Amino acid sequence: MKKRWISLYVENNVGVLCKVAGLFSGKAYNLETLTVGTTEDPTVSRMTIGVESDDVTFEQIKKQLNRCVEVIKVLDFTTNSIHMKELMFIKVMDCSSQDVQELFQIAQIFQISIIDCDTDALILECVQTETRNNDLIKLIRKHYKHIEVVRGGSVAIESLSMTDR
Amino acid sequence: MKQIPGTELLIKALRAEGVDTVFGYPGGMVTDIFEELYNQDDIRVILPRHEQALVHEADGYARSTGKIGVCLVTSGPGATNTVTGIATAYYDSVPLLVLTGQVPCNLIGNDAFQEADIIGITRGICKYGVILKKREDLGRVLKEAFYIAQTGKPGPVIIDLPKDVMAQLGDSIYPDTVNIRGYKPSTGVHIGQLKRGIDLLKHAKRPLFLIGGGVTIAHAHDQLTDLVNQTHIPVVTTIMGKGAIDTDHPYYIGNIGMHGTYAGNMAISSCDVLFSIGTRFSDRVTGKISDFAKHAKIVHIDIDSSSISRNIVVDVPIVADAKEAIAAMQRYVKEYDTAQWMEEIHAWDREHPLHMKKGRGITPEAIIDAVSEHKENAIVVTDVGQHQMWTTQYLKMDASTRLLTSGGMGTMGYGLPGAIGAQLARPDKRVFCITGDGGFQMNIQEMATAVAQELPIVICLFNNHYLGMVRQFQALFYRRHYSSVCTRRRKNCPVRCGGPSSICPDYTPDFVKLAESYGALGLRVQEESQIPSAIEQALANTQGPTIIEFVIACDELVFPMVPGGNALNDMILDY
Repeated sequence: MKKRWISLYVENNVGVLCKVAGLFSGKAYNLETLTVGTTEDPTVSRMTIGVESDDVTFEQIKKQLNRCVEVIKVLDFTTNSIHMKELMFIKVMDCSSQDVQELFQIAQIFQISIIDCDTDALILECVQTETRNNDLIKLIRKHYKHIEVVRGGSVAIESLSMTDR
Repeated sequence: MKQIPGTELLIKALRAEGVDTVFGYPGGMVTDIFEELYNQDDIRVILPRHEQALVHEADGYARSTGKIGVCLVTSGPGATNTVTGIATAYYDSVPLLVLTGQVPCNLIGNDAFQEADIIGITRGICKYGVILKKREDLGRVLKEAFYIAQTGKPGPVIIDLPKDVMAQLGDSIYPDTVNIRGYKPSTGVHIGQLKRGIDLLKHAKRPLFLIGGGVTIAHAHDQLTDLVNQTHIPVVTTIMGKGAIDTDHPYYIGNIGMHGTYAGNMAISSCDVLFSIGTRFSDRVTGKISDFAKHAKIVHIDIDSSSISRNIVVDVPIVADAKEAIAAMQRYVKEYDTAQWMEEIHAWDREHPLHMKKGRGITPEAIIDAVSEHKENAIVVTDVGQHQMWTTQYLKMDASTRLLTSGGMGTMGYGLPGAIGAQLARPDKRVFCITGDGGFQMNIQEMATAVAQELPIVICLFNNHYLGMVRQFQALFYRRHYSSVCTRRRKNCPVRCGGPSSICPDYTPDFVKLAESYGALGLRVQEESQIPSAIEQALANTQGPTIIEFVIACDELVFPMVPGGNALNDMILDY
């Protein structure tokens, strides 16, 4: 079992998201994250999908997606060089002034923004890879009891010249 | 430009696609379309008695002609009743267009009367489904539906038609061409891959062709026969592939799988190169995956790339249409020396030939043999259960015989409506419906349709007063606990019944009287010697259907049987 990424071009029509999501649930594939949005062409949407699967199942997933009439193109991002980020908001509450100071330091180290605050709370805006966001949640959880997390799921695009992920 | 209502454009599209028959059941949301059908003479409209049967009828029409079957039903229950029919067609790759009525757009989502999200409901059991939201899309959507249903791996397509959109005026253009960017069915054959597959045959001592339903769908009977004559390679089939080559061809061995022949299953287990065409290696075909053709290199030709290396890992995958691939193969193959291999296969066949024991009354094999006497230009349609397996085992077929059966979904109730669709499509053929007392009663109301259309279908009803296939499982694997399988059972019967005895209640219905009440001919056969004359009598009745009820002992089981999860060479041969 391995984490894998697919980028999908689909028709921007009603029911297509259902079709793709239904394929994963109907065939018991492990869908971990799915994001979707329209592209520069308003008739096309692009999905970034993260799945946990073995090699054989992953081949089958790609074939099954390709088979859908509504799917225009399937790209396997598992090994490609891509830029991939996930947007995540963390609201940290019940902070003392020392907590706030600490959070400012964490923000600096992790290169994330503090976009909003109140007397005893603030909101972090994190645009990172999925793994770094996971790490960040772990870290914040250690120190702060009262937090709220909203994650957007990863989006990815093929890189131009960079080989980094 | 001339403005016409959507309903009129629909009829124009049906005409342009050469549709001569629509299977339709009216209702509130499609009355406008039925009005349009009333006002024309090119397309006949068949009224079944239930929407599930309606779809099976369109399916029988499609399977027996290769043309698309067209269904028209109303919204809500009309649409939801089609679900089993659609799934059946999807699993056996049958091209259908299913038009469902829908409440007007402004009512969708309101839980309006007879509103159902049929596109949502059928998303996982059709090739493509779409709701028509704009009148200007109608022509394109219809053209795409016809194209998608009939190309690549065929399948059912559903279009949901809101009443207001169909009534709306708009252009009268029905396009000639389609361009769907996400749907480009593969054509042609990768010759390099094909040659790699054929190279394997050079050193093979025990080569074998495994033929599935894809070859039947591609109508490649003649090409396959030529290929086998050319190569001398023996052939086994799945039940969907049965008839792809004459059953009396010297290189035809039989079916493989759960109820395959002994020789067929042994051949699969011993072959060293397996050349498989148009099969998806369903679990009923393969038995235990790790032991399936375990000594063989496997070549797999299929139109659907997702069928390749899914259940069985193959050595040479080839995505292609069966007929094109077989035709291409003929250019590169030669005659192979398979004499010794054939001798091995014949020895297996002599060891355990496919025959039933006599002496329990009417032998099912004898009924199928009597049907086989009339195989020329016959279409044999089965229901699902023991009688279906006996038919796929014993039926003799040549190039003019068609066998229609619900193989993938295993839908009880397919038999009678499937036969009706076939007979409507092919009045020139003799249609036999082989069914059981369970499956027959799942769509028995279609007797009315068969009588109304004066269809001379010969219904061979195997009545063993049990749901026999389940009973067989219970007999073999559940200590003869016959739970809920007796069709004679009444409320006063002992809670746990050990089997038939002299105190059993009479069977209901009386199928002979039932036939008569529909205005059909009903015959009951209790002796093997009466079989041929009963079939002759039925064939002589050309004005409508005949029910021949064959009273069969419930202890007749289907053998060989590979218990679920066992290797194919691990068969139960007797009981």
